[in-house]
Order: sequence, then C-alpha cells, then structure tokens
Amino acid sequence: MIAAIFSLTVLGVALGLMLGVADRIFAVEGNPFIAEIEAMMPGSQCGQCGYPGCAVAAKAIAEREASVTICPPGGKALAQSLAARLGVSLDMSEVKDTGPQLAAVAEDLCIGCCRCLKVCPTDAVVGAAKQIHNVLREACTGCGSCIEKCPTEALTMKPVPVALQHWVWPKPLAA
Amino acid sequence: MAFLDLFKSHWGVHPQDHKRPAADVPVRRLPLSSRLTIPLSQHVGASARPRVLVGQKVLKGECLAEAQGNISAPIHAPTSGTVVAIGEITAPHPSGLPMLAVTLEPDGEDRWTEPDVLTDPFSESPQAVAKKVAEAGVVGLGGATFPSAVKLALGLRSKVDTLIINGSECEPYLSCDDRLMRDRAADILSGVRLMLHTTGAREARVGIEDNKPEAIKAMFDAARGFGQIRIMPVPARYPMGSDRQLIVELTGREVPSDSRAADVGVLVNNVGTAHAVHQAVMLGRPLVSRLMTLNGGAMAYPGNYEVPIGTLVSDFVELSGGFSAAPARLIMGGPMMGNVLPHARVPVVKGTAGILAFTAAEVEEVESRHCIRCGTCIRACPMGLMPLEMAAHIRADRLEDAAKLGLTDCIACGCCAYVCPSRIPLVQYFYHAKGELSARERSKLRQEATRKMAAQRQDRLDREAREKAEIAAKRKAEREAAKAAAAKQPGAGVEA
Repeated sequence: MIAAIFSLTVLGVALGLMLGVADRIFAVEGNPFIAEIEAMMPGSQCGQCGYPGCAVAAKAIAEREASVTICPPGGKALAQSLAARLGVSLDMSEVKDTGPQLAAVAEDLCIGCCRCLKVCPTDAVVGAAKQIHNVLREACTGCGSCIEKCPTEALTMKPVPVALQHWVWPKPLAA
Repeated sequence: MAFLDLFKSHWGVHPQDHKRPAADVPVRRLPLSSRLTIPLSQHVGASARPRVLVGQKVLKGECLAEAQGNISAPIHAPTSGTVVAIGEITAPHPSGLPMLAVTLEPDGEDRWTEPDVLTDPFSESPQAVAKKVAEAGVVGLGGATFPSAVKLALGLRSKVDTLIINGSECEPYLSCDDRLMRDRAADILSGVRLMLHTTGAREARVGIEDNKPEAIKAMFDAARGFGQIRIMPVPARYPMGSDRQLIVELTGREVPSDSRAADVGVLVNNVGTAHAVHQAVMLGRPLVSRLMTLNGGAMAYPGNYEVPIGTLVSDFVELSGGFSAAPARLIMGGPMMGNVLPHARVPVVKGTAGILAFTAAEVEEVESRHCIRCGTCIRACPMGLMPLEMAAHIRADRLEDAAKLGLTDCIACGCCAYVCPSRIPLVQYFYHAKGELSARERSKLRQEATRKMAAQRQDRLDREAREKAEIAAKRKAEREAAKAAAAKQPGAGVEA
C-alpha cells in the first residue's frame, strides 16, 4: 500500500517536472504559422478586408475563418500564394481583381483639409493646409483608405491604364 | 545506322522560304510620305525623352528625343521638316494600345544636319566609338532592338573573343538582310571591323544561310583581305538566326540557360546593325531609315525598299504600288515571329524588317483541336523544351509548373505551333504565361515596396510622438524651473 502510494507520487512528480521543463525549453511564442501568413500580406493595414489590420486578417486566414481571397491590394498573386501555403484549392474566378487602381485628386475640388494624408498607410498623399494635395503614383497602393475621408469627393480611385510594356497576351480559348 | 540519328540535332523546321522573287528585285526608294510619326520607344529599355517642341523646324538626322537611363536610345528626324505634334498614336503591336510619338511634316527638302564624323575611328578608344554609336541611336536591327552601344560595352567588359554577325535571316518571306549583303557588303564589313575594335574581340564570324548564294559570294569578295573576318555559310533551317542556335553552329559553344552569350565569350549582332554602325561612325549619320521587305500574296510590288523610320504602313504600301488583292492579315516582321498589326495606320520602326500582307487563301484559319500527345513539338523545339507539357500546365493555370519545365528558355520561335498537327496555338500559351508571370513578379515587388513604406510611416509616427513627448517634457521642465525661480524671486525682491 505504502509502496504503491510512494511509487505513484514519485512517478507523478517526475513526470510533472519533465512536462514543466519541456514547456520551458520548447516554448512556442505566438503562432509561427500566423506570423508567416502575416509576412505574406501587403502590410499596408488598409482594412479593406474588414479586419482592422494585416495581422488580424492573417490570423483569420490561418484559422480558416477568412477566405484566401479577402485581400484586394494583394490581388491574384497573393490569393495564389496563400492558397498554395494553406493547401486549399482556389477558384480564380472568385478573386475580385479589379486590376490596379490608384487614387487621384481632382484639383478643382480639393480644399486642402489634410484629412486624407493622415490616413494614407504609405504616406502617398502630399499636401499642406489649404494647399491642393496630390498623390504620388509610385507610392499609392490603391487601398482606398483616403476616399471616404475626403469631404468634397475630390479623391477618386482611377484604374491604371494598361501600358504597352505590361500588356499580357490573353490565354487561348481551349479547344 | 538509326542509332547514330540519336546524336544528330533535330531541332527546327524547314518552311518554304518564299524569299524570291522579292529578294532578286533591286532596292527601291520611295517618295516621302506626307507625314511621319516617329515613336519614342523603338528599343528595349526606357523610352526616349522628347527635346523638340511642337512647331519647331528640324533637319534630317537632328535629335528628336534623347536617351534616358542606362538602357535607352535616342530618336532622330528621318527627314527635314516641322514637328506638328507630340502625342499618342497606335503602336505597331497586336494589342493596338497607344504609345507616344513625334509627328513630323516633311518639307520635302530632305536636308541633312552637318555630319559629325570620327576621322580615324581606329585610333580612337573603344569607348569613344561606342559613344558615337549610342548618339546615333543604333539598336539591334535583327528584331530584338537592344541598344547597340550598351551591347558593345558589355562585350568589352566581359572580354568576348568572338563576334558573331548574324546574316542568316531564317524567317521566310524576309530578304532585307540578303539584299543588304548583296548591295552593301563593303559597308557591312566596315561596320564589323568597327565592332571588333569596340569590343576587343579577335575575330568575327559571319553566318549566312546557304539559300542566299549571291549574298555569300558578295560577302566573300568583300571580306578578302580581312583575315579576322570569316564568312561561314550555314545550312538553311529555321530558327538558325536565333542567337543560341547560331552560336552553336559557328563556334560549337553552348550558352547555358541562365546566362548570356557574352558569358561564353561571344557577342551576336545582325548584319543590319553592322551597317548602321558603319553609317553612324564613318558617315556621322544616325539611324533614320532602313531596308524593309514588302512581301506576301496581297502585295502588288513585293521587294525591298529603303524606308524612313516613322512612315505609316498604309503610306508605305500605297507608295510602293498598293495591294494587288484584299489583305486578310497584315504582319510586321516575319511570318513566324512577327506581330499581327491591328490596322495599317501604324508607323514602321527601327526593328521592322518587313511588312507582309497575306490573302485569305494564304492565311489558313484552322480551329485548334485537342492535343494528341504525338510529341512532334518536342522534336521541333530548338531549345529542347516540351511545349505540349508546358501548354497543358498553362491551360490549367499552373504557371509555376510550366516555368519549372523551362518556360523562360522559350524563344517564341513558333516551331512547335508550326508542326502541331492539332494546330494548337502553343506560342500564344507561352506568351500569355510569360506575361502573366512577370505581372505577378511586378505585383510582388510592389507589395514589398508597400510594406517598406508602411514601416517607414510607422517609424515616422513613432518619431513624431517621441519628439512631441520630449518637447512637452522639456517645456514642463522649463515651466517648473520658471515656477521655482518665481517662488524664489519674490523673496529676493523683498530683500532688495
């Protein structure tokens, strides 16, 4: 009886210690998978997916709560790489890819209120109080955060025209 | 003996060449058309920046637009006249998208600027000669339109030992290089010698397909006395004019998949480019016109013409005598690799080797059928690829898998589509996949840039918050110091 109690106690203590030590040594900080997904996201924190930022969206995607196609700035390329990483099949037709779009300021409507340049995640809008603002085409990611801030509807999203160098031959129709 | 066939190279195809009778007609010059539209981007690399104003009068050979960036080429006025517009025109491209161009109204005098000639180029440094070539806007006239001066500088840097001059002209229907070699062999060889001087190569080998005996003879005669230049006839076989195939044929060296010709000590240039280099350095004349072949069943007067750059295709055909039959398809370049034109109101450019107009009978419109996996395309592919497998992957949108099979090595020569018994538009699959892959690459780069910019913004916001806090702390300290001083001061004031 005493031997049984003693041996079970020793066993319990030893195993408990081992578990405790293992927990310290092999500790996982956060979910590396989520971090990996987050690294793939554009990182502009634009919020177009409905989540407050890229990190939260990455968590939702990793936990299969959100589809891999939720990120408009990432477009087709991101949807495809996410699908490959998560091992899910992807129907390309459901990817909403409106093509590249950039914000543009209508100079006759802009009142120089500076509201848009505060929300731009990449500092692509330049301007000062009571001066007409402008969008740097190279820096604009087309996230659209600035559009709803504009009190005079001077900001609009304009599709980028297809340039000759970037034109892609259409895929032949299957026989 | 069937066993030995395994070691024979079997790439390529042998289409009927259709070069004669157009190749045997002497070169004709056309009267000037009433308007020239000269695109600003006629080369690989950054487009040229215009330096003339609307309304400005220019002389023939005057610079209209200067090169910008490392890989670029200037554009010159093909005749004297007035600049009437700088704006968008339809590009000579199957997409029919617009591109920027300078529109020139000729004054009919065709007066040259004062030529600026190097009196003795062989005593000048290679860099000085290359600079002259760059200023003349010479680009590769074989079709790739890579700025020649950049290529020559690359040759000098990577210490090439052999210069290959491409006179094979393997595309059917085209004969402008053939005609150039027959008529101006001495000028071509002068250009070759200049290129040897600029690159520091020891010898030049001129490859000419054996279906051009007159050109071979003319070049042999002209090359007599130049020990460093060898004229080498090569068997007629498409695509012999592709640089990798020609290098193997003439030197036995194979260019690895991920490197350039210069890495194996070779530089390939077209005979037309050699001629343009001669004109640029010896005569001080920029590239403002070139020989172009007019051919195909719908042309009334097929042959070779000296055409100013910027002439509209419609003007070119009309001035040459028009169509003899209704054209079903217009092609710029050769029938294998050329571009289908959206319409005839597009200009000819530096890279245009010819304009072909085919009748409906010549254009065989056949519907494509399913792949029967016969493997004929594998035998025909000069790059040793598997077109049927790559196309199958692309059809299923698995572009990465196609890329793994060597899609980037595809030179789009069209051999696979030419031999395909099911008439599958294989090359279009490959063009589509290459374009789509590079678009994805671009968006990936853009995404990285976005992430960097977002991080920089966060840094800025943090810095501003920190600075604000510091300033607030400083003010607070100052205020407190002032308060403390004020608390002391009254006492001091009382004492005084």
